[in-house]
Amino acid sequence: MTNTIADVEEADVILVTGSNTTENHPVISSFVKRAASLKDTKLILVDPRRIKLAEHADMWLRPNLGTDVAWINGLLHVILKEGLYDRDFVENRTQGFEALQEMIEKFTPDYVSEITGIPSRQIIEAARLYAGAENGAILYCMGITQHISGTDNVKSLANLAMVSGNLGRPGTGVNPLRGQNNVQGACDMGGLPNVFTGYQKVTDADTVGKMESAWNTTGLSDKAGLPVTEMIPRAHSGEIKALYVIGENPLVSDPDLNHAEESFSHLDFLVVQDIFMTETAQKADVVLPTTCFAERDGTFTNTERRVQRVRKAVHPPGAAREDWRIIAEISRRMGYPMDYKNASEIFDELASVTPSYAGLSYARIEREGLHWPCPKPEHPGTPILHAQAFPIGRGNLHAIDYIPPAEQVNDEYPLYLTTGRVLYQYHTGSMTRRTEGLNERAPESFVEISPADAEKYGLQEGDKIRIASRRGEIMARMTISDKAVDGTVFIPFHYAEAAANRLTNSALDPVSKIPEYKVCAVKLSRAA
Amino acid sequence: MTENQVTINGNPFPVQPDDTILDVARRNSIDIPTLCYLKGATPTGACRICVVEVENARNLLPACSTPAQAGMVIHTESPAVVTSRKMSIELLLASGNHNCAVRGSDETGSFTDFQLGVQAQDHSDRLCPAWGDCTLQDLAYRYQVSGEAFPATEVKYPLESVNPFIVRDFSRCILCGRCVQACNEVQVNNAINFGYRGKNSKIVAAGDRPLKDSDCVFCGECVQACPTGALMEKDARYRWRPWEAEKIRTTCSYCGVGCQLDLHVKDNTVFKVTGAEEIAPNYGSLCVKGRFGYKFINSPERLSSPMIKENGEFRKADWNEALDLVARRFAENRDSHGPDSMGVLTSARIANEDNYLAQKFTRAVLGTNNIDHCARL
Ligand code: SF4
Ligand code: SF4
Ligand code: SF4
Ligand code: FES
Repeated sequence: MTNTIADVEEADVILVTGSNTTENHPVISSFVKRAASLKDTKLILVDPRRIKLAEHADMWLRPNLGTDVAWINGLLHVILKEGLYDRDFVENRTQGFEALQEMIEKFTPDYVSEITGIPSRQIIEAARLYAGAENGAILYCMGITQHISGTDNVKSLANLAMVSGNLGRPGTGVNPLRGQNNVQGACDMGGLPNVFTGYQKVTDADTVGKMESAWNTTGLSDKAGLPVTEMIPRAHSGEIKALYVIGENPLVSDPDLNHAEESFSHLDFLVVQDIFMTETAQKADVVLPTTCFAERDGTFTNTERRVQRVRKAVHPPGAAREDWRIIAEISRRMGYPMDYKNASEIFDELASVTPSYAGLSYARIEREGLHWPCPKPEHPGTPILHAQAFPIGRGNLHAIDYIPPAEQVNDEYPLYLTTGRVLYQYHTGSMTRRTEGLNERAPESFVEISPADAEKYGLQEGDKIRIASRRGEIMARMTISDKAVDGTVFIPFHYAEAAANRLTNSALDPVSKIPEYKVCAVKLSRAA
Repeated sequence: MTENQVTINGNPFPVQPDDTILDVARRNSIDIPTLCYLKGATPTGACRICVVEVENARNLLPACSTPAQAGMVIHTESPAVVTSRKMSIELLLASGNHNCAVRGSDETGSFTDFQLGVQAQDHSDRLCPAWGDCTLQDLAYRYQVSGEAFPATEVKYPLESVNPFIVRDFSRCILCGRCVQACNEVQVNNAINFGYRGKNSKIVAAGDRPLKDSDCVFCGECVQACPTGALMEKDARYRWRPWEAEKIRTTCSYCGVGCQLDLHVKDNTVFKVTGAEEIAPNYGSLCVKGRFGYKFINSPERLSSPMIKENGEFRKADWNEALDLVARRFAENRDSHGPDSMGVLTSARIANEDNYLAQKFTRAVLGTNNIDHCARL
């Protein structure tokens, strides 16, 4: 997030899109609901499903799936045409305005309405509301990123914020909500194929040199590695032979699961390190037992870039050990000693090679976490990014055209499928499904369908249904719900036995390599 | 006396716009007890525990809802204040099954009768499950009052425990309304409110249905706000007493909000989780996963030994064997097929320290940049 969570309550207008906040980030949703329901803040919700937040929204726009660039460009069109943009900000802080102007020319409210299904009146009103706000904040989540156009969607939201001058102050910003506890940290720590910690490029000779001396080694590769979505297919083709999977369960969470399973079976050697015998661990040659958050010291970095302490409260079961100890042991046995007494020592090392973490230490975050960038021990941390300038100088406005989702419905596969989470379960369910109460509240997978579609296909509440896409099929119970939009069904992806990802499309965003989980075409039939 | 000051217990203090008397007092570490007041919500003035004496005012005034006006001369523990507080506490203690030790003596035999009656209703021979973690009990000690001053009122509504997380024990509800505010003004889930009238008052979900059939999302904000034993975590009830447990501050391991929470631990087991109040990012709030989703920690299905697969079956191994095998196979693979034939999937679930070492290992030891995590999935 460019801004903090608490900051949301400072906004005059909040635009939430692609985030079922009350189920996926419940505590952030409270900030949004308080602002919208108990203060004068206006809430614009852009989401096809009738999610809970719709009850609190002042305006609710329901775009067709995968048409985000179109409605955002529509808003931009109105903002520019009506002169609602922030001239100072555009002139002093951005570049690329002319190209953007040219691109959005054709995105008239009527044209946008045709693509998105949002009435043109609403596009005009939403544009006026957001651009007219003293402080407008944008919150988004995977509903924006999990598309082949995910990067375009994110850039488009940034266009919207920059053109309206809604950046760098309390109550503004472009704020991605991270799905998992330490997504931010895993990225910050260089758990990515192209960067070391702090987004320092592996292709940059100086950085490589710096890391080599810090790590007392030579010959670090300066060639970017493969993202997970390319690693798995290369396991299929035999180029990747050994995989070390730490704390992930790709055999439920990956797109096009049938293909992913085959890929895993082609590996020569698979090591899985986890707290449970997950679907992925079952395929491993060696399984290493590790600790959960309550059994170890360390840090997580939350969605607002706040680095926070994790503390050991109980002993791990049996021989289970912290992940870092296991990694260090393997490393030592491969001839590269890693001698750390505790997590705090590792933190000090990582801070010393990561400019944005350089000023942080366990002592400083003992009571309350701090936001990176925090370059010096006396630096207070940075709750709000881009207050004065962008790291690259001027912010790039991107001229982006709309492209439709990779897979379209047709006669054979007449319905769109979108996937997501439910409140009571988490990710692949390996933790939540082992907590009885949560299972009682959300025991099994379901297909959510609109009342009109249910009637059209002659389906009843509770029917056992077969859902098939071009890649696979699963069975699940049907729930008729007015949350759903006509023409689109929703399935949560937590449940291995009815894994929604047997259906999803692995078509990737060309830049972020994120698969298009949020749109694919399916057909339904009643199970015999 | 300058213009924007009040005097509390003889000392002058500056007043800021919109301050209540309580705000000024708290800012200056003057302890005015409260019961129904919930920070961040509109004060209701329901319990009158926080009353103070303001010179020239006709009545005692609730500090939590009375604006601090320049020139006020305030006494927070005057005889009139103390008498009033004692009476309020006694009335509350008499309304319901407050069978902790503050119930007092047995001079008339009423203590034994009362305890036996409550224990029968509780189906337990133990004292109130909130013993030691109850604001009402604390107040009774502080003001040295007990429950027999007024006749006990009859309990009208049975206990509700038909959901996995929260027990609603109406026999210990003092109708302070904190739960209602927590639900409606903090979490804005709008699941519960005051229902019925007068003596029949009850905190209800819409239609007086059980929580499980209501709009309740089991965030537990109401449980954390409840000052008595009326709302308790099912798992902790009778199994957890504050003096037996250790409290460890940590970060929630589910979503990216990173809520700060306290794990309450006894015998190497987590019994209860509460949100850390007063600090960012959650200021005490949690959701159902953070508050109630901790059972996996002690799950019998946890992996507790390294395992090696042989002929399609896993067998247990010790660390030395497993680690040697992994190190040997990784080295062989790297040396015969090259570093880029290997990959590491690190995780958005594990700590920064783990991720840092995972990428250091991948880059410096395996010699490849093939490292990623499934965050975007
Ligand atoms: S349940 Fe607890 S918080 Fe709610 S009114 Fe009763 S005593 Fe107060
Ligand atoms: S658990 Fe949360 S939603 Fe349910 S009644 Fe309590 S505060 Fe309201
Ligand atoms: S308590 Fe809920 S909202 Fe807070 S971090 Fe945990 S999962 Fe997220
Ligand atoms: S705390 Fe002020 S009236 Fe209850």
